[in-house]
Amino acid sequence: MTAPVLSLTDVTFRWQSGLPDVLSVPAFQMQPGERVFLAGPSGSGKSTLLSLVAGIATPRTGHIQVLGQPLSQMRGSARDRFRADQLGIIFQMFNLLPYLPVLQNVLLPCRFSRARRARAIARDGSVEAQARRLLGALGLDADDLLRRPVTALSVGQQQRVAAARALMGAPALVIADEPTSALDADRRLEFVDLLSSECDASGAALLFVSHDQTLASHFPRRLSLLDINQADAQSGSGVTP
Amino acid sequence: MTVLSLARRSLWNRRGTAALVVCSVALSVALLLGVERLRTEARESFANTLSGVDLIVGARSGPINLLLYSVFRLGDPVNNVSWASYERIAEHPQVAWTVPLSLGDSLRGFPVLGTTQAYFTHYRYGRDQSLALARGEIFDGIFDAVLGAEVARRLGYDLGDEIVLAHGTGAVSLTQHDDKPFRVVGVLERTGTPVDNTVHISLEGMEAIHVDWRGGAPIPGLSISAERVQSMDLTPDSITAVMVGLTSRRAVFQVQRQINTDRDEALMAIMPGLTLQQLWDLMRVGENALLAVSALVMLVALTVMLTALLTGLNERRREMALLRALGARPWQIFALIIGESLLLSILGALLGVVLLQGLALGASGWLSGQLGLTVTLWPPTLHEMKILAILFAGGILVGLWPAWRAYRNALTDGMAIRM
Repeated sequence: MTAPVLSLTDVTFRWQSGLPDVLSVPAFQMQPGERVFLAGPSGSGKSTLLSLVAGIATPRTGHIQVLGQPLSQMRGSARDRFRADQLGIIFQMFNLLPYLPVLQNVLLPCRFSRARRARAIARDGSVEAQARRLLGALGLDADDLLRRPVTALSVGQQQRVAAARALMGAPALVIADEPTSALDADRRLEFVDLLSSECDASGAALLFVSHDQTLASHFPRRLSLLDINQADAQSGSGVTP
Repeated sequence: MTVLSLARRSLWNRRGTAALVVCSVALSVALLLGVERLRTEARESFANTLSGVDLIVGARSGPINLLLYSVFRLGDPVNNVSWASYERIAEHPQVAWTVPLSLGDSLRGFPVLGTTQAYFTHYRYGRDQSLALARGEIFDGIFDAVLGAEVARRLGYDLGDEIVLAHGTGAVSLTQHDDKPFRVVGVLERTGTPVDNTVHISLEGMEAIHVDWRGGAPIPGLSISAERVQSMDLTPDSITAVMVGLTSRRAVFQVQRQINTDRDEALMAIMPGLTLQQLWDLMRVGENALLAVSALVMLVALTVMLTALLTGLNERRREMALLRALGARPWQIFALIIGESLLLSILGALLGVVLLQGLALGASGWLSGQLGLTVTLWPPTLHEMKILAILFAGGILVGLWPAWRAYRNALTDGMAIRM
């Protein structure tokens, strides 16, 4: 059996010493290719958890491993490189750089990571070919659309471009932080299905964070952040000194 | 290079604000370089005004005053030099040559100089250059005039034209010497010195137009025609100043002392090179003030840039967080901002230099006409290069603060994208 794609052990985190912990996760694991729905109301430590997993924040105690690599022991620059190589991230909205055309936005991960560039070329021959394939799979294949500035796209189209970008160069783990909350209700399920099938196709694990329980049934594994986070949510969400 | 191309495209996306910043930098660069260039040109032009003259002799006043009215035709002499004193100086054994200068009249604002033909032989400017005629010849008759290049150009006079001199040195004069018009016989080549702005006539001509005058006004009832005046003795009673060349340069202090201590008349002799230097030192305060103001303008431009960068930073916080999520390292975020400020400075400097070239090209005629300055356009001097280097350093320095803030934001914002 291969190493879990993500593994948290006894992780605690607080923004400043003297403040209470906002996050305390005794154990959490994700297997390669696994799709997980993580529910969490705002203030439950979602952003904090994602920052830790992405290697942008470091835990106060405990270990975080991604693909068997001890993220929490890496130096800052090594974490940055690791994130560039192995993670795809989709935010709630405004995912795209407004000054780049659609295709250039999708190609961004390959600019910051040689490994992803190499993987994309190995799979599809060129980075552009992979970008077009992913965009096509997500229903965005019209040439004029790819040349348009991203600001001319609808929110739904923008989120799909972001999904294509997150999948470029086959990262091991895709993190989606409330990617559907800006979409119309009938578009949400469609987006989740597209994202899920593309993650499956590229073999990426998907950590899908949302408070929209109607989407939970589309994931084989569902859990709530309140279950895995042992820190007192009340004190954690407040910023009382 | 990823970061550089991103910085460029991001900047292009905010080109409205960026253009304003570039313009303010450009204006400050143009101002600073312009002041600097004028300063250099003024100094050059100054030092090159007069050479080859060992002493200038005038009525006893201040050395700078004497230099101003005799060489630059600025201001008025306190007194004249009597013809007897002039002859005494000319006959001094160590004096090789003398050129009398007589001032006080004007042609539509341009000063008129009464002198002898020796003026054209002995006057030197720049690197030992002599005056040369563009066309025509040096005055010979009493009512002949030789125009400086700028006078001819500005007033549109050419050979054979008749000109009427005015009494006094103002641009508008009520009393004209219209009974005795002069004829243009020669036009000089451009020199970049006050000679360009001068109308040269013979000393006799100067005397002739004043023969029926006394105390600065025509004598009522007395009018001597231009024909009659030809037969009169036109040796003047006095002149304004004398340019003196010595047989040996080593005698300069001795002759100067002798003239300064002359018992018959209160005279003063100055060494033009030395006094030019003193005059320049006198202007250094103004020159430095000008430089300080332009330096302040550059500071303001850099502040404008800082403001724009800091304002942009808030708009771009999301952009930075996105780039971080995509794997951009904090130093790349840092470089993004520094690169932007450097790019703005470079664009501003380039535009400023172009602007200055355009201005200099457009204004060079006016500058040489009004100020006797010739403005060279290119290449920039070492000093100007230094100024540009300081600007670039300033641009980087100004970028440091926002870049550092972006760097810190990148570290602390984490995955939270703040609006």
